[in-house]
Amino acid sequence: MSDYGLVFIIIVYLAILFFVAYIGDKNAKRKWVNSPYIYTLSLAVYCSAWTYYGSVGTAANSGVRFLPIYLGPIIAIPLWIILMRKIIRIAKQHNIASIADFISLRYGRNRFLGALITVICLIATIPYIALQLKAISESFQVMTANSSFNSAVVFRDSTFYIALILAVFVTFYGTQKSDASSKNKGIMTTIALESLLKLIFFLAIGIYVTFYLFDGTTDIYERISITPNFEKLIGIGGLEGAMDWFFLILLSFFAIFLLPRQFQVSVVENGREKHLKKAIWLFPLYLLLFNVFVIFIAWGGKLTFGDAVNADYYTLLLPLQQGNVFMALLVFLGGFSAVVSMIVVSTIALSNMVSNNLVIPYGFLDKFVRGNPEKNVSYIKNIRRIAIFCIIITAYAFYANFSVQISLYSIGLISFVIIALLAPSFFIGLFWNRGSSQGTVVGIIAGFLVIVYTLIIPFSIEAYGGSTDFIENGLFGVAAFKPNALFGIDFLSPPTHAFFWSLTLNTVLYLWVSLLQKGNYRERNYAEMVIDTKQYASLQDSAYVWKGEAYVDDIRNVLVKFLGDVRTNRALDIFFRKYDLPSDTQVADARLINFSEKLLTGTIGGASAKILISSVVKEDEVSLPEVLKILEESKETIANNKLLQEKSLELTKLTAQLKDANDGLIEKDKQKDEFLDTVAHEIKTPLTGIKGATELLLDEGDDMPTEMKQQFLRNILQDSDRLTRLIQNILDFEKLETERDRMELKYKNFKVTLATVMESFEQMATKQNARIVVGTRKDVYLLYDEDRIIQVLTNLFSNALKFCQEAEGLISVHYKVERKTLTVSVSDNGYGVPEEDFDFVFDKFYQSKNQNTIKPNGSGLGLAISKQIIEKHGGVMQVVNEKNSGANFSFELPIHKA
Amino acid sequence: MGSKIVIVDDEPNIVMTLEYAFKKQGFEVFIARDGGEALDILESVVPDIVLLDIMMPKVDGYQTLKWIKNNTALAATKVVFLTAKNKTSDIEKGLSMGVDKYLIKPFSVKKIIAEITELLT
Repeated sequence: MSDYGLVFIIIVYLAILFFVAYIGDKNAKRKWVNSPYIYTLSLAVYCSAWTYYGSVGTAANSGVRFLPIYLGPIIAIPLWIILMRKIIRIAKQHNIASIADFISLRYGRNRFLGALITVICLIATIPYIALQLKAISESFQVMTANSSFNSAVVFRDSTFYIALILAVFVTFYGTQKSDASSKNKGIMTTIALESLLKLIFFLAIGIYVTFYLFDGTTDIYERISITPNFEKLIGIGGLEGAMDWFFLILLSFFAIFLLPRQFQVSVVENGREKHLKKAIWLFPLYLLLFNVFVIFIAWGGKLTFGDAVNADYYTLLLPLQQGNVFMALLVFLGGFSAVVSMIVVSTIALSNMVSNNLVIPYGFLDKFVRGNPEKNVSYIKNIRRIAIFCIIITAYAFYANFSVQISLYSIGLISFVIIALLAPSFFIGLFWNRGSSQGTVVGIIAGFLVIVYTLIIPFSIEAYGGSTDFIENGLFGVAAFKPNALFGIDFLSPPTHAFFWSLTLNTVLYLWVSLLQKGNYRERNYAEMVIDTKQYASLQDSAYVWKGEAYVDDIRNVLVKFLGDVRTNRALDIFFRKYDLPSDTQVADARLINFSEKLLTGTIGGASAKILISSVVKEDEVSLPEVLKILEESKETIANNKLLQEKSLELTKLTAQLKDANDGLIEKDKQKDEFLDTVAHEIKTPLTGIKGATELLLDEGDDMPTEMKQQFLRNILQDSDRLTRLIQNILDFEKLETERDRMELKYKNFKVTLATVMESFEQMATKQNARIVVGTRKDVYLLYDEDRIIQVLTNLFSNALKFCQEAEGLISVHYKVERKTLTVSVSDNGYGVPEEDFDFVFDKFYQSKNQNTIKPNGSGLGLAISKQIIEKHGGVMQVVNEKNSGANFSFELPIHKA
Repeated sequence: MGSKIVIVDDEPNIVMTLEYAFKKQGFEVFIARDGGEALDILESVVPDIVLLDIMMPKVDGYQTLKWIKNNTALAATKVVFLTAKNKTSDIEKGLSMGVDKYLIKPFSVKKIIAEITELLT
């Protein structure tokens, strides 16, 4: 393939990345950009060129030794749900932008510690970036090997330009906001896309090699198993090998937490805690998929090429040898994706660290304090931009002076070993409140010196030449000082050996120095906040203990320098509201100081924030016991508050219940009053008639015509009957309503009961020119209280008579048995129940306004009583209007066998 | 010609006693079974007095009273409530609506006659 063709493809590819980042930024609020899949895929930035090319190389040369680097993360991920959640919470609470911020926060926003960690990260990462550049140029070389040009010049230049384009990319998309803890949605979208591409392309080449070039996995295995030295390729090398494995797994376990790029994607860029739930199964799956074909590609390459070529590039060489340039190009682009994503995320992470933990706290603070907000923001951004270019150019310089001999794998491991220096202070510090910054500093420096002695010096000698006497015989010829076999431990490979010794010394010193000191109150305060996140999250800014003299205006002035007027005022406004303070508060308290430090952390780093704020306040020394006492008290206060809150909630609930009950009683009272009022009214009406008529009869004597006398006497009789009926009904109703009355269920034939009622009504009906027609004549036996059902039927019949047509009344009665239910309906040919009465006809004392008969009318209790009776039988009663005719009252009775 | 009275009540037995008594006193008596019928009568008759029950179907006593009060042709007509509603709050409500007298059921016919006669002199 020609150089220029490939360069063209690379440029197109990079253009696509710019475009995707643009789309991602533009849609930063959309669901897909914030999905857990993007988060999980961005974690796969772990798989750099080292994985993509280096694993195959390692598998070819040392067998399954490539595996532990993936086993560590796979083991670590399930712990994320606890550990990573805690880390993410702390990071969000304190606007953490990098691992340096995180660790220095834990140790009291210690400036020196932040800077030291930044340096460690730079030392670990820059060679790693160089390694990625090396992978680009080497794969470029492999791809264009048959080209007629002298590619050496072109690809080296290409690599340089690619590095520059990446720097521009990161600068453009990574430094839009001055707050480094803000999220880079656009870049993360490209990282996720690249992770997807590299996986797909790697699986493609795996399938191609295994099933196309060879005849499946068994075929490859059978063929490789007859080659010499095969045993060495599949074993882990006995007990000593197992030790090596153990440390490699531990190393990668640390790396997945501590690598600056991993901290960036997993913590700083984490949008939602719950994304972890998806990540903990999807990410291990991703890693497993990535490793499925490594061994087969390695064996396939070995079978094809023997030891003639660099095994790292089997994935390119195998398709190229077959003339399949397209497949090789896919592999190349996959590798390129791995490189680009690693470089991009690493430089973002490192540039944030360099600016916030190294450059700003050690050189620019005074300048910022004097500068104006706009200038400060652009300064901060420029510091980051320059840092990005410096990091990439340094990495390029590193790469340009690389020895060709060094494999991808060994440089990657050195990076891991260096970054693992942060492990004791990071992991132990998360749980042990006495871990101190001094312990951390001493441990890290000592551990680093061990690495220099046992790994970097021997490595450099091997790579660049020099006397190997030091390696073979030890310093001053003392065997115990042999850099690869310190104190006789000679069974570990150099990286794990270095890791073992640095980790041991680092941990021991960290613990020892921490225990030795009494501890600093400020550090201890932060330690408590970090370790007991859950407790202190509820305390929020109150978890910070501070005593002294500070004024809101002074703090406001500092904030304005970095956030500008608008953001500062908004932030302070939120603060005052949150703690219910007047907005013209003069004296600042501990909460405001902590709040302000957090506000500034994202922009200038925690250490600088602390220095700046403390420059405008007068702090009094607080003793460690005092800090602990105050913290304990705050915790108790919170616990008490919680208890109080619960109690008051309970009380509120109880009050509501009481109120409900009371309302119920009042309502009942009101109903009772209304009932009594109505009853009184209903009784007074016939009494009035009786009284009036009696009075007239007495007074008038013989003056009154006989006819009139008789009319009045009849009226008296009628009113007395009405009164009697009314009183009976009221008693019935009361009994039914208060459920004192039980139905006397007997097994009876409904047909007979209906006939009894019919008999008593026929005469009355004829008098009113009405007919009653019974449409059903069949025996239905069921359990019911006959007297009561007669009462119901009587009610319905008299209602129907009252409301049917005056001239030619017709009442029809039907009943049927369906699904163990007897349904009885009584309908008339009147006007039907008026719309406005529908909901009330069964209410007590409700009387329809368009009755057609003259008085005396009903008690207003008939339907209410009937409904009660039916319901006591376990049935229902309802009314509908018949189409084109009157009302149809019906009730259902369940049929129980005796 | 005697005074004109409209008796508005939905209880025929009660109406019957009042009708008899007032006629005997020389009143010209008009009967309405509810407010609606009363209004029909009042379209053509300007009575001296309306004896009004409150709880009636369709148009109740309160509505009828309002209608009468709003009708300038009936400005001279007196209105008396004759009702079983005897709670203080009911009486206050009635009087506040401008009724001339509030009489309570059950009543003595003699007393009613006396009250009405007094009201008309």
